[in-house]
Amino acid sequence: MWDYVKIAVLGVIAVFAAVAAFMARDMAYMVHAVIILLVTGGLAAWTVRGLGAPKPAVDRTGYMDDVIRAGVIATCFWGVVGFAAGTFIASQLAFPGLNFEWASGYMNFGRLRPLHTSAVIFAFGGNALIATSFYVVQRTSAARLWGGNLAWFVFWGYQLFIVLAATGYLLGSTQSKEYAEPEWYTDIWLTVIWVTYLAIFMGTIFKRKEPHIYVANWFYLSFIVTVAMLHLINNLSLPVSIWGSKSVQVFSGVQDAMTQWWYGHNAVGFFLTAGFLGMMYYFVPKQAERPVYSYKLSIIHFWALIFLYIWAGPHHLHYTALPDWAGTLGMVFSVMLWMPSWGGMINGLMTLSGAWDKIRTDPVIRMMVVAVGFYGMSTFEGPMMSIRAVNSLSHYTDWTIGHVHSGALGWNGMITFGALYFLAPRLWNRERLYSTTLVSWHFWLATIGIVLYAASMWVTGIMEGLMWREVDAQGFLVNSFADTVAAKHPMYIVRALGGGMYVTGALIMCYNIWKTATSAPAKQATPVAAPAE
Amino acid sequence: MDTYSVMREFADSWMLLALTVFFVGVIVWALRPGSAKDHRDTANIPFRHEDKPAGTEDGATCRKEART
Repeated sequence: MWDYVKIAVLGVIAVFAAVAAFMARDMAYMVHAVIILLVTGGLAAWTVRGLGAPKPAVDRTGYMDDVIRAGVIATCFWGVVGFAAGTFIASQLAFPGLNFEWASGYMNFGRLRPLHTSAVIFAFGGNALIATSFYVVQRTSAARLWGGNLAWFVFWGYQLFIVLAATGYLLGSTQSKEYAEPEWYTDIWLTVIWVTYLAIFMGTIFKRKEPHIYVANWFYLSFIVTVAMLHLINNLSLPVSIWGSKSVQVFSGVQDAMTQWWYGHNAVGFFLTAGFLGMMYYFVPKQAERPVYSYKLSIIHFWALIFLYIWAGPHHLHYTALPDWAGTLGMVFSVMLWMPSWGGMINGLMTLSGAWDKIRTDPVIRMMVVAVGFYGMSTFEGPMMSIRAVNSLSHYTDWTIGHVHSGALGWNGMITFGALYFLAPRLWNRERLYSTTLVSWHFWLATIGIVLYAASMWVTGIMEGLMWREVDAQGFLVNSFADTVAAKHPMYIVRALGGGMYVTGALIMCYNIWKTATSAPAKQATPVAAPAE
Repeated sequence: MDTYSVMREFADSWMLLALTVFFVGVIVWALRPGSAKDHRDTANIPFRHEDKPAGTEDGATCRKEART
């Protein structure tokens, strides 16, 4: 019966997509309609072929790990795509000739830049968050994932969202909101996926066998709920036509700007911080084989972080039409965020107390420690840059880009790599990773890559900030914009080099995880604690 | 009064008070006497049920296992 419903629904969507492709007012919409037609049509045909065939029996007593395995593979894949795109656009800035004439309008910097940011944040980071949250919530609730195949719906639905977003950027379908570029129908699709994700996560927590909800789940849940709220409000828009991708924002002017940066900063705060802190609170204790340093501190960390982060957005709009009081509010809350951020960092690092030798012997824990270190560093730098006087120098310069990347590459990237190295042997039932030497190679390539990236962006950012504000004795500006561009060239090359090292490290990781899954020694089934009789 | 002023006044007074009280309450609750034992137990959740959900073959309940 369920199969017939599925075929009917898929068929209706496929017919609608075919009409949409025919009626399309713009290229991006037409391509998306064709993609949806192929996906739904293919799925319908596949379901028809499987009608009447006996369903393979699924063991529902254990944890649901197959979707997490798929999530690990997707994370690795999108990570490499996103890092490579970033390295390519960094090279485009250093060597403008890479904005090829033949690909103009599709592969120039302006089109590829949102592709890079969304690929690393939502494709790499999002898949990592979904996969690890499914892993963590099952283990810490001692219950199988709620909702059965809904988890697969979330996984594949999210990949479809990524494909729609990425192809849309290249074809010019964008609502011009940073980190929220996808147009209205892609946003609606993401909403469906996200609500299902929330239901799965909550459902698993509801049927937990542990009396308490472990702190990692609190962080994951705040990430899911807040991102849903941010996404809905920032994407309030009216489509011009149901047959076209263009839409018009409901808010306008400074209200729109404030809503956008309320969204933008909380995407950083709840997607890239709270969600990844959920990872930290599970994988660091597991890899260090000791419980978190202070559970009390983790509770205070959680509540202080979510209470303060939500107000920090206005610091993106200093010296604009936004009222000063709103900017000051954002600035004060950003500075106050120092405390929970560093409380969390101390909690993560001190989890290793009594096991500091593991930093020397275990490259995976080294990766996690560096991640937590970069978390502390970028959450020190961020509040400092939010102060109005500092912002007058740093805003619109490469310092901002350097700051973002020390957080994204250092904190999000490294903690994800640590989690993937933890997961790979367990998910594929192996004794250990294929090679810890390769993990060390990845670690050093990534770390040195980040240092090159962040250092070159500090130099070029502060340099261009100072050049822009330099005036002569008569009060005239000394430098033209092109002067600053020329002065930045050497640092741009160093930045591209750092990015290249980072993507090389990620490729080594993919090879290592592939070999772990296929040719590391299988785990021996040994009784862990046989009772002495 | 216009909507903005009403909401602004509410946000500046009662809502601010409610959020502050909730926040202070959470900290007091986390630091309450006798919470250490609960927290120790909760902090050890990741070290149980690594391979199988509770109540399957091992049959152990969560609380008991924590004590061993």
